[in-house]
Amino acid sequence: MHLTLRRNFSTNGGLRKNSFLAEIIKNKYLYLLVLPGVIFFVLFYYVPMYGIIIAFKDYSLVKGIFGSPFIGIDHFKELFSSKEFFSVLRNSLLISFYRLLAGFPAPIIIALIFNEVRKMAFKRVVQTVIYIPHFISWVIVTGIVMSILSTNDGIVNIVLKSMGQQPINFLTEPAYFKGIVVFSYIWKEAGWGTIIYLAALSVIDVQLYEAAIVDGANRFKQLIHVTLPGIKGTIIIMLILQLGYILDNSFEQIFLLINPLTYSVGDVLETFVYRAGLMELKFDYATAVGLFKSVVGLILILSSNFIARKFGEEGIY
Amino acid sequence: MRLLKKKKISTGDVFIYSFLTLFGITTVYPFLNIIAVSLTTYENYVRKPWMIWPGKFIFSAYKAILSNNFILSAYFNTIFITAVGAAISVLLTIMTAYPLSRKHMKYRNVILTFIVITMLFYGGMIPTYLLVQKLGLTDTLWALILPTAINAYYTILMKNFFNSIPESIEESAKIDGANDIYILFKIMVPLALPAIATFALFYAVLQWNSFYSAVIYITDRKKWTLQLLLREVIVEANVAQVGNMPDEISRLPQSMKMATVVVTTFPILILYPFVQKYFVKGVMVGAVKQ
Repeated sequence: MHLTLRRNFSTNGGLRKNSFLAEIIKNKYLYLLVLPGVIFFVLFYYVPMYGIIIAFKDYSLVKGIFGSPFIGIDHFKELFSSKEFFSVLRNSLLISFYRLLAGFPAPIIIALIFNEVRKMAFKRVVQTVIYIPHFISWVIVTGIVMSILSTNDGIVNIVLKSMGQQPINFLTEPAYFKGIVVFSYIWKEAGWGTIIYLAALSVIDVQLYEAAIVDGANRFKQLIHVTLPGIKGTIIIMLILQLGYILDNSFEQIFLLINPLTYSVGDVLETFVYRAGLMELKFDYATAVGLFKSVVGLILILSSNFIARKFGEEGIY
Repeated sequence: MRLLKKKKISTGDVFIYSFLTLFGITTVYPFLNIIAVSLTTYENYVRKPWMIWPGKFIFSAYKAILSNNFILSAYFNTIFITAVGAAISVLLTIMTAYPLSRKHMKYRNVILTFIVITMLFYGGMIPTYLLVQKLGLTDTLWALILPTAINAYYTILMKNFFNSIPESIEESAKIDGANDIYILFKIMVPLALPAIATFALFYAVLQWNSFYSAVIYITDRKKWTLQLLLREVIVEANVAQVGNMPDEISRLPQSMKMATVVVTTFPILILYPFVQKYFVKGVMVGAVKQ
C-alpha cells in the first residue's frame, strides 16, 4: 500500500480543500468585501427561513423554537378548514388579479401613447409630473384617497350632496373596495411604470417603421405590426415579474385602507398574518399562513419563468 | 421614434395630447388641492373642497405643526433613518456588488445565486419579527435600518453597472500594485459616482417612506417616524392625539391633516425635480439588459 501525498499545487492536481483556500487567499480582499453582505443575507433572510419551522410546531415564546413540541401539519389542517382563511385567500387572489388586469396594461398603454408625442417639451413635462406619485408613500396616497372619499368632508360627497344625492360611504362599503385599490394603485404606479416600456420602445429599429410605411401601413397598423412586436420581450418579462410577486406588496396599501367593515373583501394574506401573528400572538399559526403564501409565490415565479423560456424569452436569471 | 409624415394635426394627435394632459392633471391636482386646503379655513374648505387656490390664507396649521414636539421628533427620527439607512445601504451594496462583478472571483456565481434565492422565497413576517426581537432590535430605529439594509435587486443592478466598467482599468491598477479594496474605493467608486448617487437616492426614498417596518417594530411614540404620525393623523383622522395643539386647531381639522401631509412630503417633492433624471437613469440601468 502506498500513500499518495498530494502537494499544494496550484494546478488542478491539488486537493479540493486546498484549491478552495487558494481561491480565498488569491481574492482575499474581494471575499472580505462581500462578507458583510453575505452575513446580512444569512441573518435576515436565511435564518428566518429556518424559523419557518415553527409553522409545524406548537410554538411558545418561553420554550423557544427548539423547545416547542412538533405537531406536524396541524396548523395547516386548521387553516384549510377555516372559512376565514379561504375568504382571505380569495381576497388576495381577486385583488391581485384585478390590480394586474388594470394595472399591467396601464403603463404600457400610456407609454405607447407617449411614443406618439413629438413635442419633446410637452413629453418631458408630463413625464416629470407622472413620475411623482411613485415617490410618495402609501400613507399619503391613502390619506388623499380617504380625504377625497370621506363621507362628510370628502370632495366627492360634497359634490354629490350639492347635486341632491345621498352621500356614499365609499370607505366602508365592501363594493367599492376593489375599485379604490385598483385606481389608487394605477394613480401611484402607472406613470413610473412607463419608464421600462419607453426604454424598450426607443430601441425599436427605425427601419422597421420605414418599411411598414412603404408597405402602406397607417399609424394604427404600424402599432400592431412594428411597435407591439418590438416590445413583446419586455412585456413578457414584466408580466413574469408581476405574476411572481403577485401576492406581495399588498401589505401597506391594503393595511391602510381596510377597516373591520371591509375585512370581508379587503383582508388579504399579509394583513391576516399580521393580525394573527403580531396582534393575536398566534405566531405558529401565522407562520403557517406566511409559509403557504411564500410557497405559492415561489411556484408562481418559477412557473412563469418556465413558461417564458418556452416562448423563447430569457427568464429573470 | 418615427418619421414625421404630415404637418397637419390629426384626430390621433388630439386624442394623444388631451389624454396625456388629462393624466398629468389628475396626477398634479391632488397635490395642489392639499397645499391649498392646508392654508385655509374649514368653512372655506367646505364651501370649495376642490380648490387649488385658498383665497383666504391662514398659516395657523403650519405654526401649530412646527411648534409641536411630537411632530418634530418624528421628523428627526425619519431624517435619521433616511440618512443613516441610505448610507449604510449604499456602502453595503457597493461592497457586495463589486466583488460579484469580478470575473476572476471563482465563487461569485455561488454567492449570486445565494442572493437571488432570497428574491424568490421569503421567510415571512413572523419569523423575521421573532429574529429581530431576539436581536434586541424591536422598538428601536435600527429595526428600520438593518433588516432591510441591502436590496437584492439593487445589488444586482449595481453589479451590472460595475461589469460595464472596462477591465483595463482594474488591470492597470493591479499592475501598479493596488489591492481590490483600494481599487474599489479609490478608483471604481469615483468612476461610478452617478450610479451610486442614484442608488443612494432610491434607498433614501425607501427609507423616508418606510411604513411596514415601522408599524411592525415600533411602539414607543417617541420613536415614531413621520409615516406613523401621518397615518394617525390622516388615516385614523386623529389630529387630537398629536397633542399639545392650540384650541383653534380643533376648528381646522382638514387643514391640519393637509399641513401634516405637506410637511411630510415636501422634502421629497422639493428634491424631486433635481434628481428625477437620476432616478430614471437608474431604472434604465436595469432595462438596458434587454
